[in-house]
Amino acid sequence: MELLGIPAKALFGQLLLGLINGSFYAVLSLGLAVIFGLLNIINFSHGALYMVGAFGALLGLNYLGMNYWVALVLVPLAVGLLGILIERTMLKHLYKLDHLYGLLLTFGLALIAEGVFRYYFGVSGESYPAPEALQGGVDLGFMYLPLYRGWVVLASLVVCGATWYLIERTSLGATLRAATERPELVQALGINVPLMVTLTYGGGVALAAFAGVLAAPVLQVNPVMGSNLIIVVFAVVVIGGMGSIAGSIVTGLGLGVVEGLTKVVYPEASAVVIFVIMIVVLLFRPAGLFGKQA
Amino acid sequence: MNTTFSRWGWLALLALGCIAPFVLYPTFLMKVLCFALFASAFNLLLGYAGLLSFGHAAFFGGAAYVCAALSKNYGLTPELAILAGGAFAAVLGLGFGALSIRRSGIYMTMITLALAQLVFFLAVQLPFTGGEDGLQGLPRGKLFGLIDLTDNIAMYFFVFAVFCLGFWLIHRSIHSPFGQVLKAIRENEPRAISLGYDVARYKLLAFVLSAAITGVAGGMKALVFQLASLTDVHWHMSGQVVLMTLLGGLGTIFGPAVGAITIVSLENELADKVGPWVTVIMGVIFVVCVLAFRRGIVGELLALRGRRPGTPQQTAEKTP
Repeated sequence: MELLGIPAKALFGQLLLGLINGSFYAVLSLGLAVIFGLLNIINFSHGALYMVGAFGALLGLNYLGMNYWVALVLVPLAVGLLGILIERTMLKHLYKLDHLYGLLLTFGLALIAEGVFRYYFGVSGESYPAPEALQGGVDLGFMYLPLYRGWVVLASLVVCGATWYLIERTSLGATLRAATERPELVQALGINVPLMVTLTYGGGVALAAFAGVLAAPVLQVNPVMGSNLIIVVFAVVVIGGMGSIAGSIVTGLGLGVVEGLTKVVYPEASAVVIFVIMIVVLLFRPAGLFGKQA
Repeated sequence: MNTTFSRWGWLALLALGCIAPFVLYPTFLMKVLCFALFASAFNLLLGYAGLLSFGHAAFFGGAAYVCAALSKNYGLTPELAILAGGAFAAVLGLGFGALSIRRSGIYMTMITLALAQLVFFLAVQLPFTGGEDGLQGLPRGKLFGLIDLTDNIAMYFFVFAVFCLGFWLIHRSIHSPFGQVLKAIRENEPRAISLGYDVARYKLLAFVLSAAITGVAGGMKALVFQLASLTDVHWHMSGQVVLMTLLGGLGTIFGPAVGAITIVSLENELADKVGPWVTVIMGVIFVVCVLAFRRGIVGELLALRGRRPGTPQQTAEKTP
């Protein structure tokens, strides 16, 4: 079976890979958007913490015999705690300053994390085995679906959906959105906004680590996996705009698919296609697809 | 820094620059000068216009590749090759600037980073860049077809002259009406707009100027080390120039140069001893600078001088 002169299996295979990358873009840009909303900081260390998540799973397995499912819960929690520590000791001193200091501080943290892991593990990376229950795959007729890859997409969608529900449909989310718009007013109503800010950062960072654990069995676990990804995620955020949670999710997934398709049609351009789309969006819709015109 | 820095001060620095290569290792000094010019050009944009670009590696490395390819494949003389690198960076800067200033603040920064990553991937894939190896073994050539630059001392004085020219240009721009408007935009953009200034145009011009001088620094660096490689276009390079400027002092004339001297010396000292920990140390300096040392070395010195009784009160330049 062929579509557009391309074997259908190859096409769907790349599409699935695109969806997987798109899931990571979605989860990471979602975390960035939530953090930016409340803290007014672009978290440059987001990619590094995603990498720390992947290494957390790997080290947990190698040294503590921690299985995948435990890691999927514990590693994001641990990285979330690390995030809380970072927010309490460093970021909280920067809220009154220009946005760019938050970016610079988190950039420094990313360099530290990358340097430390590079020292101990080199740049080549190690692979992490998929959990037993998800090894192998099923033949769907039009394509072969490795179970783990299907699980990555499913789990990301569930997490994105849950985050969206939490922020847009619960009373906690309503308070969070209110604090994004008018922190002083919300504080005056007796809500502990600083605590909320801390937990938001911890939560956003935990999302990044969750994506990291999910990524460990599909991609090589290496110290630079985060920095390469975060730059693409920045482009995704510029394209989608950070104003809308649903917008971040849709843009992330969509761009992943576009990237996957480019790999089939014109592989040389696959590394740059998202940046090119960013340029086009900036030319014709400078505020981003879901952004409010400033 | 204000104009109290006297003629004697400048002459002393000039004399220091002329003696230095006979005391210190010229290649090290040339590296310092290239990065000092790079950081000063970057500071024009961040320190005075308040625009944080995370994509300056594209101008630096892009110009290095252009300069390298022209001098290696077409035998262009060094001054023309460097000019071509600068011109290439200016055009690139026009593109980056036009796209990125469509959004403000943090978005602008992310756009410059993404665009620079695009240039990085092009450098990996395009046929003329030599991929992972880069362009090696460039001839330094003969300046104006006359002076052989293979000699390190000759090369040093050429680099020093270009540095002085670039630095003077930056200094002039900052103290011109153009520079004052940039500061006005940094301090209060809506007000600058209401005063009738075409803010976008000023930002774009600052971007192009900064990119062009960065390109000259990049081209020069390629000739000094006879090498243009992916390191020059990697985002680490963009981060490094931010760090130099921040450590030296944002929005001060000498800050970026002081920052460049510090970081390059530190790298030279540490590279053999601690290897990969250099990245970690850079990260730690970043964190410390942002948390506790936002005025930078020169900024702190100026503040100290301003506090001492007996000297005319001067306001340290505000960071953006």
